[in-house]
Amino acid sequence: MLSTLKERTGEVLLPGDEFSFETDDSISLTGPVRPEKVVCGPGLRRSGDRLLVCKSGVLRHKQPHMFWMDSQQRRYVPAKGETIIGIVTVKSGDVFKVDFGGSEQASLSYLAFEGSTKRNRPNVQVGDLVFSQFLIANKDMEPELVCVDSSGRANGMGVFGGGGLVFTVSLGLVRRLLTPHSEVLADLQQLFPCELVVGMNGRLWVKSSSVQQTLVISNLLQSCDAMTAQQRRQLFRRVAQGAL
Amino acid sequence: MADDNVKLSKNLLRMKFMQRGLDEETKKQLEEEEKRIISDEHWYLDLPELKTRENFIIEEKSFVPCEELKYGRFSFKGFNPEVERLMLLMNPEEEEEKEEEEPSRMQTDVTDEEMALRYESLVRSMKKKFSTKRQRAATEEEEEDDVNHNVVQTSKRVFLKPHD
Repeated sequence: MLSTLKERTGEVLLPGDEFSFETDDSISLTGPVRPEKVVCGPGLRRSGDRLLVCKSGVLRHKQPHMFWMDSQQRRYVPAKGETIIGIVTVKSGDVFKVDFGGSEQASLSYLAFEGSTKRNRPNVQVGDLVFSQFLIANKDMEPELVCVDSSGRANGMGVFGGGGLVFTVSLGLVRRLLTPHSEVLADLQQLFPCELVVGMNGRLWVKSSSVQQTLVISNLLQSCDAMTAQQRRQLFRRVAQGAL
Repeated sequence: MADDNVKLSKNLLRMKFMQRGLDEETKKQLEEEEKRIISDEHWYLDLPELKTRENFIIEEKSFVPCEELKYGRFSFKGFNPEVERLMLLMNPEEEEEKEEEEPSRMQTDVTDEEMALRYESLVRSMKKKFSTKRQRAATEEEEEDDVNHNVVQTSKRVFLKPHD
């Protein structure tokens, strides 16, 4: 299976395509008999001994044995450990309900903030923005968010956002922003002093020194999803010169 | 009498007060029969044996480990210094690789010559410690001689008579 997976890396695959373990597995006499473990990322699903493609896109590979589907979508599906921007919608007893753009609202315990105890509740109001990560993200269960890491530190998570602007972009653009050595981010960096929070759920939050600049950045980011690198650079240059 | 014994029913033989008079063989027979009945009455699922095979496919739902995505808080041109500090903390850059190289070229505080000198004196002092008093005196004298370059042959120690 490994060899076929590696062969088809970079190809466009559709849901229903499958890779099976048995067909091309030949035991070599010299090499180790144990087959190596394969990590299948988003877009690939295990079914017995087979790997099924469940999202249309391009097959990607990372050393040593990691495969995933690179696909475009706007609907966010929660995954454990991902950080998102959520909006608190309900305050009920000891949990908050947080809207993150998924199929269901996530619950966020009031104890899942840095330094919060039963006595010392965090100051969270309905409508606040929270930057938090998924502790439980299961397709059959209500997702659960926390605003602390494993050692109980906030590390930038928690309630944020006064005087900024939240808007939604595609999940593909979010991933492009977060990749190491992101070109979009490098272009943006040269414009104004600003602050940016990127949620894996497609929400971005921007704050700059003036409302005008904040709006400029938000429009730039929203429009550069469907641009080529050249077009984007041209646009950013014009903005930097003060033409827009 | 023997014929009568055979005619006794099994249920009767199984009773506690009958156990004493039974011989070995019939006892064994009864026990086996009892075991069979018990095992027949026990429930079991008529399924092929389940074997847990090792799983060679690990599922990962998130893009973060696949594409090595960074932490999602950024601040540019010093807009929010706190977040910029956090960016450095959460996104360990390639600078680490450079740092890793350095320890191999570790600075030496003590040169090889210094080390040799120190070690030489250490050997001498340890030797002194384990030698007897007489030997020590001899070696000291030798050393002094060596240092002063005036070699005086010390004859064998003898009792010196006091002068008149």
